[in-house]
Amino acid sequence: MPSDRPVTPSTLSIKDLPWQIVWNKDKCTLCGSCTAVCPVNAIELGVFRKRTIKPFVDISKKSTSEFEIFYGIRQKTDPSYGCIGCAMCSMVCPNDAVIPAKSDEAAKMNLHIDRGGQPRRRGGRRNSHDSVLDQIKFIRISMLTDPALDAGRHEFELKTLLGRVLSPEENMKFIREHGWIPPVREIYPLIIGGMSFGALSPNMWEGLQMGVAYLNEELGMPVRMCTGEGGCPPRLLRSRFLKYVILQIASGYFGWDEIIHAIPEMKADPCAIEIKYGQGAKPGDGGLLMWYKVNKLIAAIRGVPSGVSLPSPPTHQTQYSIEESVAKMIQSMYMAWGFRVPVYPKISASSTSLAVLNNLTRNPYAGGLLIDGEDGGTGAAYNVSMNHMGHPIASNLRDCYQNLVKLGHQNEIPLFAGGGIGKNGNIAANAAALIMLGASGVVVGKYIMQAAAGCLGSESDRCNICNIGLCPKGITSQDPRLYRRLNIEDVAQRVVDVFLSFDTELKKIIAPLGRSTSLPIGMSDALGINDADAARRLDIKYVV
Amino acid sequence: MCRLFAITSKDPLSPMTAINALDVMREGHDGSGVGLFLRDLGGPFEEMKDAPILSGIFTDDGLKRLDIFMMDMGFMTKYKLSIKVPKDPPKGVPKRDIYLIRAYEYPEEWDGWTDEERYARLLEIRLTLRDMGQEKNDMIVFSFWPDVIMLKEIGDPLSVANHLKLERNELKARIIMAQGRQNTNYAINLYACHPFFLEGFSTMTNGENTAFIPIKEYLSSRGFQGYQGYQSDSEVFTHILHYTLKTLGLDLESYKHVITPLQDKALEEHPDGQFLKSLKHTCRRLIIDGPNCVIGSMSDHRLFMVQDRKKLRPGVVGGKPGVFAFSSEICGLDSAIPDRDKSKDFQPMHLDTAIVESDRQEVKICRQTDRLPLQL
Ligand code: SF4
Ligand code: SF4
Repeated sequence: MPSDRPVTPSTLSIKDLPWQIVWNKDKCTLCGSCTAVCPVNAIELGVFRKRTIKPFVDISKKSTSEFEIFYGIRQKTDPSYGCIGCAMCSMVCPNDAVIPAKSDEAAKMNLHIDRGGQPRRRGGRRNSHDSVLDQIKFIRISMLTDPALDAGRHEFELKTLLGRVLSPEENMKFIREHGWIPPVREIYPLIIGGMSFGALSPNMWEGLQMGVAYLNEELGMPVRMCTGEGGCPPRLLRSRFLKYVILQIASGYFGWDEIIHAIPEMKADPCAIEIKYGQGAKPGDGGLLMWYKVNKLIAAIRGVPSGVSLPSPPTHQTQYSIEESVAKMIQSMYMAWGFRVPVYPKISASSTSLAVLNNLTRNPYAGGLLIDGEDGGTGAAYNVSMNHMGHPIASNLRDCYQNLVKLGHQNEIPLFAGGGIGKNGNIAANAAALIMLGASGVVVGKYIMQAAAGCLGSESDRCNICNIGLCPKGITSQDPRLYRRLNIEDVAQRVVDVFLSFDTELKKIIAPLGRSTSLPIGMSDALGINDADAARRLDIKYVV
Repeated sequence: MCRLFAITSKDPLSPMTAINALDVMREGHDGSGVGLFLRDLGGPFEEMKDAPILSGIFTDDGLKRLDIFMMDMGFMTKYKLSIKVPKDPPKGVPKRDIYLIRAYEYPEEWDGWTDEERYARLLEIRLTLRDMGQEKNDMIVFSFWPDVIMLKEIGDPLSVANHLKLERNELKARIIMAQGRQNTNYAINLYACHPFFLEGFSTMTNGENTAFIPIKEYLSSRGFQGYQGYQSDSEVFTHILHYTLKTLGLDLESYKHVITPLQDKALEEHPDGQFLKSLKHTCRRLIIDGPNCVIGSMSDHRLFMVQDRKKLRPGVVGGKPGVFAFSSEICGLDSAIPDRDKSKDFQPMHLDTAIVESDRQEVKICRQTDRLPLQL
């Protein structure tokens, strides 16, 4: 390396990087495991030269200096190879000789990752710790007239409805007149949100499906998982397990050819069809499956050439307005399955959510509304979309629920909420809070990735390279060398663990509130928050 | 916890029967209030079954306002039972001017009206009076309905009853419901005192309804003006009963399926499973979730008791042909009907609705797993 290294505007020092590799020369055995495992090649074997001066006490003799060459780990400062803090290197190091450390100041690298004029794209999370949901407390614990229920012993019915629920008046009329009653599914209120086959590795996908099947068939928990846009493996489409799956269709129509062709051979109806208009992590923006991940299999299932980036347009000519889609798309989806499968749209939480909802209430076919808040999303998008677009879920959901209450249609269009549930690990508390604010159920993706597969991403911009197919854990990679790391059975086992523990926690929350036989949807009198503005906004109690 | 007592008898009884039963169950409530509901009246009211009876508490000014209001509408007083009370009420009982029970003659222009039209108007008038009273704090109106008297007051049931001299001859009924204790979850308010009444349906409840807010929000949005008030979390039980029978056109046996539907496994085996499942879906917002024992009276003079899903509240039915009572505790039953066959006492469990028909001959137990009598 020349002594006069050129220093250009984009020359970064290690200090400028968000993560710095702390390497201990004394412990390192130079096995090379860390450099081999690093997904972004942030570290490499380096050759270092060290000069040691040997002074002599005897002044008649001349001091000497010696040059020593040694090998070690060198961290690259090129933004394309910036360490992402995943700590895979630490995990594989036999001697704990290497660990990534978060920089103690704001990283300058952020200013230089737009090489070639391409703004930063990354895997989905908003990278913000704060969460209103975490601040909410459950305050209506009855002690006077109501013996607390025992979460461990009482019978519970923690199911929710997905599908258009007629008002009792209409329902009775339809029963008497033998009219069409829209299909309704009774499902578990925690749904695994849309993470597409393509975004996730085949092992991850299979692990999730296996876990879901086990929960349904062995444990009797009607857990459902959404496919995300990108289709569904043909074998699953033709299997009886399809009933645990919500098929998503989005503006890119990826994978729908495959699904439509499989309809005549389907042994079971899917649980529901989700039409994606927007996603919380990138409202107004489409999905983005980058070319790194479009291998032959993915290309085949999606019906596209391999090796090309697949941006799903935010809207599409056939879906250019919600009215239009409600009229056309929802109905044609109903028709495809003989009016036996609920169809509902998913939108990003935004200030126009209410408009969508109002429109849906007038459509007898809309089977629900999934609202995805800004903290949601697992897929790839532009950094700016993820960090700065969208609406937090709590107030958005609350507005929608209260609007339905005003119209007397609450829970007729079940509202599902996603986005930021469990981002700090409190999944059951967050879910319960949203349910009491008016959600019929909640949708989680990220928490499941983190809990079931050990995703390394965090709310402090760790890892987040899900978009480039180099996922160090093999969760969001289509490269067999990487996804082989992920054991399918282990993922399934973790999914089951997550749901079982969630179930216990949810019961621990709602039992002391005196609820057990129906989900406490809209039980807002149980909620309090230590923030007067939030309390007013959400129409819950202000408690300090 | 509250204590409930209800009795249905072929001979008119004094409300003291119920008050005494509450009194023997005194350990079970704190004596903070009492509510009384009388129907199928005896005494002077026997002769005027169709005349609407207004019951409430008035100040002197309130009474004047009432008279003007009613006269303007063309109502004529047909009979009135004025309860003059001693100047100093017993400890814990507020000082009131007048407790009013007054039967009216319908205005002439109502003559051609159908019952439906009359009833709707009676409800409207009661609500208007209630609002007027709340505005100036001079009237509390409990009911305005033919053949129905309601009384509520704060204080120990027995002292209130003695204070009001309820053992008087004019006050007799074949159906009596009584509850001891004021509402405790929210502020003390006479309207929060059980039983509740709406268009011929009345219920009282022992327990707490944790699903109150969502149910209240739902009922209030039904666009029926009678669904209002909600000073107590159990008021919704009356309204759900009204909704089930009036709006949905179902029968009393379906009430339990609305408030405490069967779990899915049981529904699959039920002869009316398909219908009940759709009822469960569509009426899901009306599912109660607290520990509740509900006792109710229907316009056709049936009396019933249902238990919550977990059966966490006491409740027993017993009696003999001609007279049956529903009580929180057996000692209440013993006090009212000591000479019944006690081996036939029945404590409804989580699937049961106990019904005594208007002929008062037997207790009919309707289990939720049975086929529904009303087939659509
Ligand atoms: S933390 Fe991850 S990205 Fe950073 S050097 Fe280690 S393996 Fe590479
Ligand atoms: S571990 Fe994989 S899935 Fe998790 S943030 Fe990193 S790249 Fe994305």
